[in-house]
Amino acid sequence: MIPAWSQIANLGAALAFILALKALSSPKTARLGNRIGAVGAIAAVAIVFFSESNLKHLPLILIAVAFGTIVGIVAAKKVQMTQMPQMVALFNGVGGGAAMAVSSIEFLKAGATDGFVALFATVFTVVIGSISFTGSIVTFLKLQELMTSRPVVLPLGRFITIGTALATLVMSVYLMIFPEIWALWTLVALSLVMGILFVLPVGGADVPIVISLLNAFTGLSVAASGYVLDNVLLLVAGTLVGASGTLLTQLMAKAMGRPLTSTLFGAFTAKASTATASAVDRPVKSAGPTDIAIMLTYATKVIIVPGYGLAVAQAQQSLRELVDLLISKGVEVEYAIHPVAGRMPGHMNVLLAEADVPYEQLKEMDEINSEFANASVAVVVGANDVVNPAARTDKSSPIFGMPILNADQAEQVVFMKRSMRPGFAGVENELLFNDKTTLLFGDAKDSLSKVVAAVKSM
Amino acid sequence: MSIEIALLTIFILSIFVGFEVVSKVSTILHTPLMSGANAIHGVILVGAIIVTGHADNNLELTLGLVAIVLATINMVGGFVVTDRMLELFKSKKSTKAGDKK
Repeated sequence: MIPAWSQIANLGAALAFILALKALSSPKTARLGNRIGAVGAIAAVAIVFFSESNLKHLPLILIAVAFGTIVGIVAAKKVQMTQMPQMVALFNGVGGGAAMAVSSIEFLKAGATDGFVALFATVFTVVIGSISFTGSIVTFLKLQELMTSRPVVLPLGRFITIGTALATLVMSVYLMIFPEIWALWTLVALSLVMGILFVLPVGGADVPIVISLLNAFTGLSVAASGYVLDNVLLLVAGTLVGASGTLLTQLMAKAMGRPLTSTLFGAFTAKASTATASAVDRPVKSAGPTDIAIMLTYATKVIIVPGYGLAVAQAQQSLRELVDLLISKGVEVEYAIHPVAGRMPGHMNVLLAEADVPYEQLKEMDEINSEFANASVAVVVGANDVVNPAARTDKSSPIFGMPILNADQAEQVVFMKRSMRPGFAGVENELLFNDKTTLLFGDAKDSLSKVVAAVKSM
Repeated sequence: MSIEIALLTIFILSIFVGFEVVSKVSTILHTPLMSGANAIHGVILVGAIIVTGHADNNLELTLGLVAIVLATINMVGGFVVTDRMLELFKSKKSTKAGDKK
């Protein structure tokens, strides 16, 4: 029996998690919220060493905790802010893996003696935890660009996915009726494969939504393992994350104009798709840094559209330098932040905050979209998909329906790009070929500092 | 049976609390919020410690220790990386306040 004091302490930890999520939803209290959550979690772990009588293998457990702590801290401290989304994906995946392992062990020990509902919860944790584990690893590989970020469609992929899903379902039912150990391992293997198949066909733009969804998945599997272990804290914490994660996934999908179902069931409906690689050798207008500098200096209003390419080139500082310079010359400058600029909602705000860009200059999409028509120049730095007019007009485009920044309504458009390579979603951008568009090829940081030098010399 | 009903009750109520607490989140905080929630489910570490502490054979022990390492990475890494993200927001906030004075 778990002592009463520890149950009350666990209630405190659960409360800390609720307060943490609440505080994390508001900019003023977010950091405090995260710390409240951390304190709750550390307390919960500390409690278990005292409340659980006769824990065996204590030295090994402590070594494992210490090892995980070191790995976690080093990974979290070393990761660059640009790579943060994939790090979150990875942290989420290992959590799912842990939940799956915990329920598996409990099954090995107790078998069917815990009752049918516990058996169902075990199956649930194993399936969802495994999917979250391998699915998160695939999203990590996609974002880290260790594999293509485009949808991967296997030959007959649809049938393989549906087949695996059915096999997983059958095995789940089998395990609940005949709780045998080989069935457990088969289910684990099937679910791990299912996680890979689930994420492979997801296209670049949908990856953040999938990370959020897998995060909710892991939460639910932790909740289910809490049920298996009769542990109220795990149940509450897991459910909180599962529910808030599901809502967050919906909010994100809405911000990106992506129907959630198409992301979710992409794996089941994916066809060998319409990768539109239209003529690459179409004429574009490009110019040197001096021309761009003149254009910007004599503009009355400039709107900057920063994207992930800016962050990859570590060019936020140079960008801010250019903006400060232009402002000192009397040009009105603002940043237009697309909700998913960068790789995730809010990611660009984090990256620009890192470069000390004043908060007031950052405008969200709804605020700024009507302003483009009054702007002399829209400067698109390392962004592509978020200004692609195909999202408004081309129904066959994979990004159709995504709200975009109206950069094409500015008098002139400047693109700073490394190459003509399409954006993360893998879609050609018509705006590049528009008459009012000028391209400045090169590394964003390099281009920006050249433009800064040119503006200075004027 | 009553323990199961109790757990079910807690489960259902927690769903509503989970929905409610994040319902007013602003877009710029989506990423940190996801990351923070991610760290919270690292509390599966508690479960990993319990099952490992009662492991009876090498298979259970090995799986359990792996689960502990993974869960700890999830929890510790999650909170640390969220704090790093939010630190940036904080510095922005304070400069903003400074400008106004």
